[in-house]
Amino acid sequence: MFAYIVRRLLFAIPILIGVNLITFALFFMVNTPDDMARAQLGAKQTTPEMIEAWKVDHGYDKPLFYNAESPGLSSLTETLFVEQSLKLFVFDFGQSDSGRQISADIYERMWPSLALALPTFIIGLVTNIALALLIVLFRGSVLDSVTMMVAVAIMSISGLFYIIAGQVLFSKVWHWVPISGFESGWDGLKFLILPILIGVFAGLGSGMRWYRSLFLEEIHKDYVRTARAKGLSEIKVLFGHVLQNGLLPILTGVVVVIPTLFMGSLIMESFFGIPGLGSYTIDAINAQDFSIVKAMVFLGSVLYIIGLILTDLSYTYFDPRVRLNA
Amino acid sequence: MSLTWLWTDIMIWGLVIALAIWGRVISQSPQVKKQWVQVFASKVAMVSAIVLVFYVLIALLDSLHFILDDASGTHSLLDLLLVHLAQNAERTYSAPFALVEYNRSMQVLESGEVVMQQLPLMHVNGEVSIALHSLWSWLASSAMTAVLVAGHLIWRAKHHRQPLFSYASQVWRGETVLPWKTAYFAVWLVLGVLVWFYWLSHHYHVLGTDKVGGDVLYESLKSIRTGVLIGVLTTLVMLPVALLLGISAGLFKGWVDDVIQYLYTTLNSIPGVLLIAAAVLMMQVLMSNHPEWFATTEERADVRLLFLVLILGMTSWTGLCRLLRAETLKISQVEYVTSARAFGVSRMRIIGRHILPNVMHIVLIAVVLDFSGLVLAEAVLSYVGVGVDPTMHSWGNMINQARLEMAREPMVWWSLLAAFLFMFVLVLAANLFSDRVQWVLNPKSHK
Amino acid sequence: MKSKMQTSQTVLEVRNLQVKVGETSLIKGIDFEIKGGEIFALVGESGSGKSLTSLAIMRLLPEALQVSGGEIHLNGRALFPLPEFEMQRVRGRQVAMIFQEPMTSLNPVMKVGEQVAEVLRVHLNLDRKAARNRVVELFEEVGIPEATSRYDWYPHQLSGGQKQRVMIAMALACEPDLLIADEPTTALDVTIQAQVLELLKQLRAKRGLSILFITHDMGVVNEMADRIAVMQHGKIVEQAEKNAFFAHPQHPYTQKLLADAVPKGARKFEQPNAPLLQVADLKVHFPIKKGLFQRTVGYVKAVDGVTLSIPKGQTLALVGESGSGKSTIGQAILKLVDATAGQVALLQNGDESIDLTKLNERHMRPLRKKVQVIFQDPFSALNPRMTVCDIIREGMTSLKVGPQDRAEQEKRIESLLEQVGLAAEHKHRYPHEFSGGQRQRIGIARALAVEPELIICDEPTSALDVSVRAQVLALLEELQQTYQMSYLFITHDLSIIPGIAHQVAVMQQGKIVEQGRVDEVMQRPQHPYTQKLLNSAPKLVKQMLTA
Repeated sequence: MFAYIVRRLLFAIPILIGVNLITFALFFMVNTPDDMARAQLGAKQTTPEMIEAWKVDHGYDKPLFYNAESPGLSSLTETLFVEQSLKLFVFDFGQSDSGRQISADIYERMWPSLALALPTFIIGLVTNIALALLIVLFRGSVLDSVTMMVAVAIMSISGLFYIIAGQVLFSKVWHWVPISGFESGWDGLKFLILPILIGVFAGLGSGMRWYRSLFLEEIHKDYVRTARAKGLSEIKVLFGHVLQNGLLPILTGVVVVIPTLFMGSLIMESFFGIPGLGSYTIDAINAQDFSIVKAMVFLGSVLYIIGLILTDLSYTYFDPRVRLNA
Repeated sequence: MSLTWLWTDIMIWGLVIALAIWGRVISQSPQVKKQWVQVFASKVAMVSAIVLVFYVLIALLDSLHFILDDASGTHSLLDLLLVHLAQNAERTYSAPFALVEYNRSMQVLESGEVVMQQLPLMHVNGEVSIALHSLWSWLASSAMTAVLVAGHLIWRAKHHRQPLFSYASQVWRGETVLPWKTAYFAVWLVLGVLVWFYWLSHHYHVLGTDKVGGDVLYESLKSIRTGVLIGVLTTLVMLPVALLLGISAGLFKGWVDDVIQYLYTTLNSIPGVLLIAAAVLMMQVLMSNHPEWFATTEERADVRLLFLVLILGMTSWTGLCRLLRAETLKISQVEYVTSARAFGVSRMRIIGRHILPNVMHIVLIAVVLDFSGLVLAEAVLSYVGVGVDPTMHSWGNMINQARLEMAREPMVWWSLLAAFLFMFVLVLAANLFSDRVQWVLNPKSHK
Repeated sequence: MKSKMQTSQTVLEVRNLQVKVGETSLIKGIDFEIKGGEIFALVGESGSGKSLTSLAIMRLLPEALQVSGGEIHLNGRALFPLPEFEMQRVRGRQVAMIFQEPMTSLNPVMKVGEQVAEVLRVHLNLDRKAARNRVVELFEEVGIPEATSRYDWYPHQLSGGQKQRVMIAMALACEPDLLIADEPTTALDVTIQAQVLELLKQLRAKRGLSILFITHDMGVVNEMADRIAVMQHGKIVEQAEKNAFFAHPQHPYTQKLLADAVPKGARKFEQPNAPLLQVADLKVHFPIKKGLFQRTVGYVKAVDGVTLSIPKGQTLALVGESGSGKSTIGQAILKLVDATAGQVALLQNGDESIDLTKLNERHMRPLRKKVQVIFQDPFSALNPRMTVCDIIREGMTSLKVGPQDRAEQEKRIESLLEQVGLAAEHKHRYPHEFSGGQRQRIGIARALAVEPELIICDEPTSALDVSVRAQVLALLEELQQTYQMSYLFITHDLSIIPGIAHQVAVMQQGKIVEQGRVDEVMQRPQHPYTQKLLNSAPKLVKQMLTA
């Protein structure tokens, strides 16, 4: 069991190295720092001096892998690869274009993201599973087919529509909630309630269908027949046996997401003016701030890998077959 | 006037040709044919397919580009059909079927008096009766449908070696294997809507105009190509990678499997939107440093679309790859593969004859499921600023521009609504169709 | 314990039961009744409707099927008119059921003790502690060792036989009047089957339980039943007391079933021919990897030093229970798994011998046509996307046997199909259009197409109904005589050995414990395991084996 967990942790290392190499290749090898400087400064009248100054400003003034000018070991360390990429491993993200420490920004903006993403996630999950079980209980009936049609319709509408329509109706027409903004603490609830509801609703279609198909697959298995033959009521069969087994495949899709909730949602946060990591990223993309985008790519991967490890761990907890054999 | 080919034109037409060949090949197999008949036997799937065909046809019309002699740049066949819309731009916003501009603007009267008033639109003919012309357009579309239906009936009757009349009455009573009656009504409806739009667009801005006076109907129709291309070409890019890696990993196992699994876990671990954003940002830098690569803005936008498709393809193969790996692992243990190995059949032949045909349903299901996701993703990416070129017509760009006007009182709603509606119909049709394909192809659904 | 020895009273009464799916009738009006303390066997081949009957009694038919007529009375009470919540009180309490697949019939993520306790809590409202104590008692009664600690085990930790015992404990928990056992031992090894059957008989004697025993196996019926009904195509064709049933079967179908239950091929007393293939000290070990760096900590010794020889033109039967490694030997001969040690020598024209384990795939290829294989599961042995013609052609093309020109090949395929009892025009069809037995024939034709000298038959008949089994065995016999082929016949089914094999080898845990001429091994088994195996076989089979 212990060996199993350690093995999963060790497995994360080559993946992180891989992510690091990909980001490095993407940010420094597709375009040289000179190219980036030229693109950022604009094509007209850029002098070599201006480009040099921009590179020094951003810390991009060193060679990629090998610094011939530095003596000894520092010929390998005083390079872009070490300074821009390897530092990510210790979560040293450097400075953004506006001169702020990215790590500090991330820490500060993580909480609003979480305040929106976590409730959306939990309420969404519970609603989806509860509705899916309800539909499975009434499988084959009119309710089933009507709900499934509604689910397809919900899935087919762009998420942007829900946001815009929600803002227009609830904020502009009915003035129930403010259109956007954020406050920390319980006062922030009035800002969060609409995006949470919209987030839950937009995910309803695909979520319900996915869980329904999982449960339907379980319901045709032999052990369910055994449970019925015991004389259990359909509700007890569903909640006592089917849910328990259906949760296992659900874990794979769900646990992996939990750590990435910190990253927030790009769209929601920017529409509702929530100062989280999502809107941070989107601002960085629009401002072409490569350092921030790079930091977020790396952070996202780290969180995802943590999610993968958590998934494995959750299996050792929930699935006796894994727990007792690992 | 001469034909010119953009990169994406070549790809989409290449795909059409490939699909046609594939269709011919698989129609040899009675099994596969039966499956497709089963797909289309559902009325919902039939109607969805017809809607999809219309979308694809418009996209294809928009993918035949010409250079006109008057040096006005490249135009597609669709542009030539809609030339009246492209040219009849107004000054600014106007609502659907409006006769005047949406905003009041300052006006100096002859008397020297300065007033605020809504100026009349330049390219609208308010004397044309909407009802009367709706009737005309309805008659026209009915006539077109009648011709199509008659042609189809004659072809099918000949195919079944039946007298035309008795076959037609079978269709009418719904006794044919495929629901042709429903199909005819669907064609009638879609044609009716399209012809109505087209007919009235000569006299009105049917869906209004946008900020710079561009016709919203024109933009929506032009956006179809972008949406369809992103949905279709991305799968074209992703499919070979996923097939090659997925099947290799499942069949060869050992270190090949380890490497491929490492590759997709690593790629998968980078959040999709961020990877796309980073890649698109880098591509923008690359393109802005090499303006000499593109002769026209169309070409530039086209290459950007191509890049976007490649990037989307590179980030989306992992899911299918994982599915294919698992299925290949399963199939390679099944006894008919063991038997082939006992016959000394080579690995390549085992892949070609035993594995590929038996994973095809997974590939097909993934392709149709991905399509609608990609169409929706385009809008989101364009909103984030890493989508298609801002000069390109796309639903994402339409929404993005219109969103800025939300604060306006009363709202400018038509541009948003048009984009959402066009997207909704396409995605809904794709989802319904893919549901049916999944139901027919998935062996699990026939328990 | 309440007394239930009211033998004469009718517990279950089924009158004119009919079940339909859409417009198709699956059960066409059957009648039978079961008395108190009686074991009533419902026998039939696959698709005869016997399992549906049991599900109809429980009112647990799949959603697509419905009862279209008839009545079922349990202790005089009609079951069909009951509302669902009343029926739930009947299930598990008055009628309990055990199923064929103990592997999948238990909830994999719930402790086995809890699964049994659940019945007690639902029906008898026992509290947690009382339920636990009762479950431990039940476990002891059905012969689960260390019952107290096994309560907290999960299904995957138990063996197949123990899982079936858990199922039986669950069924008995509320002391039902009727136990429905749907092929309860089909998935179990013969020694375990004997134990489970013995347990059921003991329980019946002790509790006066009525059992509806559903099976396809005449040997088991003979062992268990008091009364027997034979089902065919949704109808009961014959119903009789056990002794009368076996002494004077009336209906032709029953007579055929009984005749096929123990295949009667000609006994083979010939001395072994010169060997075609000799396996010497063959070992196939699979590493077990564990720990931080997945080091190999041990080996599963699937095949552990096996020596055997297959005579030319004759059959060697390899008998063993599941997991004994018998199929791995076949795969090692075919080089589908790598041998860890030992030799597989194929003897060619006289005495030139080639060790197959030393060959690489390229050198193995020309020899592949000499050794072919037929599989157990006729459904997975044929690629569903290929026509019969392409399936048979594959080996001919790959190994360059016979004509390589397409038209000539098709002619040969047609003649092969006719040889195995199919029609030439079947060649353009797909596997799913054929029944299990027909598919097995296609598999045989595919192997024949490359003119092999040895066919490894890996349980070729265990997925087939008995009547089809007899036909396939007869076909194999006939082909052996025509082509002088050798067979390595891998099986767990003792009853077919005398009719098909010249030699027999008995396998246990990767080793061969006994081998020799069939009649010698069967009549004078030397090794204790062989004796145990023979003693576990149902009487009907044993009589025939030792005769």
